[in-house]
Amino acid sequence: MALLEVEGLTVAFRRQAGLFRQRTMEVIHGLELTVDAGQVVAVVGSSGSGKSLLAHAIMGLLPDNAHCSGSIRYDGTLLDAARVSELRGKEIAIVPQSVTYLDPLIRVGKQVRHAASAGGGEGERLQKQVFARNGLAEETARMYPHELSGGMARRVLASTAIISGAKLIVADEPTPGLNEAAALETARQFRELADAGCAVLFITHDIQLALSFADRIVVLYAGTVMENAAAADFAGDGERLRHPYTKALWQALPGNGFKPLGGSQPHPDMLPPGCLFAPRCCHASEDCTSQRPEFMPLRDGAVRCFHAS
Amino acid sequence: MRSRDNHSLLRLMKALLWKALRLASLLAAISIVSFILVSNSPVDPVQAYIGADMLVVSHEQRELIASYWGLDDPPAEQFFRWGSALLHGDMGVSMIYQQPVTEVIGERFVSSLSLMAVSWLLSGIIGFTAGVLAAMNKGRWLDRIIKWYCYALASTPTFWMGLVLLIVFAVWLGWFPVALGVPAGKLAEDVSLLDRLRHMILPALTLSIVGISSIALHTRQKLIDVLESDYVWFAKARGEKGFTLFFRHGLRNIALPALTLQFTSFGELFGGAVLAEQVFSYPGLGQATVEAGLRGDVPLLLGIVLFTAIFVFAGNAIADVLYRTVDPRMKERGTL
Ligand SMILES: Nc1ncnc2c1ncn2[C@@H]1O[C@H](COP(=O)(O)OP(=O)(O)O)[C@@H](O)[C@H]1O
Ligand code: SF4
Ligand SMILES: [Mg+2]
Repeated sequence: MALLEVEGLTVAFRRQAGLFRQRTMEVIHGLELTVDAGQVVAVVGSSGSGKSLLAHAIMGLLPDNAHCSGSIRYDGTLLDAARVSELRGKEIAIVPQSVTYLDPLIRVGKQVRHAASAGGGEGERLQKQVFARNGLAEETARMYPHELSGGMARRVLASTAIISGAKLIVADEPTPGLNEAAALETARQFRELADAGCAVLFITHDIQLALSFADRIVVLYAGTVMENAAAADFAGDGERLRHPYTKALWQALPGNGFKPLGGSQPHPDMLPPGCLFAPRCCHASEDCTSQRPEFMPLRDGAVRCFHAS
Repeated sequence: MRSRDNHSLLRLMKALLWKALRLASLLAAISIVSFILVSNSPVDPVQAYIGADMLVVSHEQRELIASYWGLDDPPAEQFFRWGSALLHGDMGVSMIYQQPVTEVIGERFVSSLSLMAVSWLLSGIIGFTAGVLAAMNKGRWLDRIIKWYCYALASTPTFWMGLVLLIVFAVWLGWFPVALGVPAGKLAEDVSLLDRLRHMILPALTLSIVGISSIALHTRQKLIDVLESDYVWFAKARGEKGFTLFFRHGLRNIALPALTLQFTSFGELFGGAVLAEQVFSYPGLGQATVEAGLRGDVPLLLGIVLFTAIFVFAGNAIADVLYRTVDPRMKERGTL
């Protein structure tokens, strides 16, 4: 059963251009994805593809100058501003991207306990437990954010979501800076949360880590989803994959030929008129440069490409 | 943990020692510069001392006065005499008050202190609250009113503000006395606390109204930054809102900078007091400063200059120590 359904999500920023003109810059375009209870869905994409904005849109906490359209549903009901404000921290939790999300003047143990739904002694017990689980020494709780190493900060941030008791957990790149063992341990905890019935949206740019424990992979490129695939589709030569970009990502991995993909992701200010991937696509045809392909279901997944089969 | 605390205590001591050294050299420099300025001033101390009685004083009497105060000796000799007495704790005798300088400063400072303390507290509390309200209502009418008020006041000279208050409340409305620290013609023992308070209200108000704007604008900007920070965003994402959110993350992060600003404003506070006391003929240290300057009372002027330097320095030192002991990020850093 789908706990989170995102449909046609579009996010644009208003910007002052000159004295009287306002320009809008669309950074997320018609984004679709669903996460079921019990599932880990990994969102993979390079830097600037809109991963964090997607997470912030789900939390209902986009910046003031952002305009958001499309629909986000939680547990079958529209997640409007009032509802999301009611559910934040209780049913929906986020693991933010960096240590700057911790208050510099409050000891980290206390901040983690603030996130626990249970207060008092029970909150403290849970915090100790989750710290121990994450390989954080007991005295870490008494430290201030600036005293944490990058890896400790990630684990503290992850602890806030784990302790919250939320049913939907959005993790925005919780693993960079962790060594492989620690990253796998973090991944395992999110897997366990999913196995216990949570829906986990795991944002990362590490496709290999995502494949090691996620059920589905959502490939983000230039603000939209190019492909939605089962983790199992990433196998062999990538023949089961649907989109040229996904295939290129797969083939760029060390075990699969290490073939790098030339070019770079377009900036939201200078998007190509047709398929967003066309400038880098070796299958691009005439249509591809003039029209945007729709996001279409295909073989138990979905893809945004005219020539997918 | 323990050893880190000891470490930061040691660093604090080191910082304080540095501060003491800096204060000593500052005071020495200030003494020399002020002495040079005063001994080259066009004011003739003898004439200033005698004042209006000049006509009935003979040339011999003039000489006598000058030699009594040592005014004929070379400036360098006067300075060393004054300096070595100072090192023994003797600041000399005020020419115009005929009283040891320490006593004059002591008495005057007490009456200025109440004035300054009241306006310091008032401007701190009102300014902080106004800044918080403005930031919480950023861009709305309340914010605009507060901002407009602050900018208008930031460019208002203290003495002008004092004159306006004086004309409106004392002259037109007659709510408060026009001048002086106590009712004229009353014996000292008949002066009640209420009298003193009534005489203090207008000068204190003048001082605090001018002091409000800097703390309000500073607090407003700080709180706006804090409200836009990642950690407030994350607190909202954890479901915190309203008063809890403000108390846990807003207030904590703006209180320290505001307090620090208030402590570093002792210089402006004293400068404002000089002008406000002049407008209201309030018998404080500020007024004594003006008198000493105009009438060439060198020992008193030098004494006041040194005293205010220590006063301002103390404010800065308190601000610094506060930061070091309260902000966890500062405990780690040892540099001054
Ligand atoms: N507040 C903002 N104002 C304008 N543009 C923004 C803002 N936040 C993000 N963007 C733009 O949106 C795009 C996606 O950003 P983000 O979601 O942070 O990427 P990711 O997390 O995938 O690295 C980027 O091009 C970025 O420049
Ligand atoms: S639509 Fe065309 S350009 Fe875009 S990915 Fe498919 S083949 Fe390549
Ligand atoms: Mg990001």
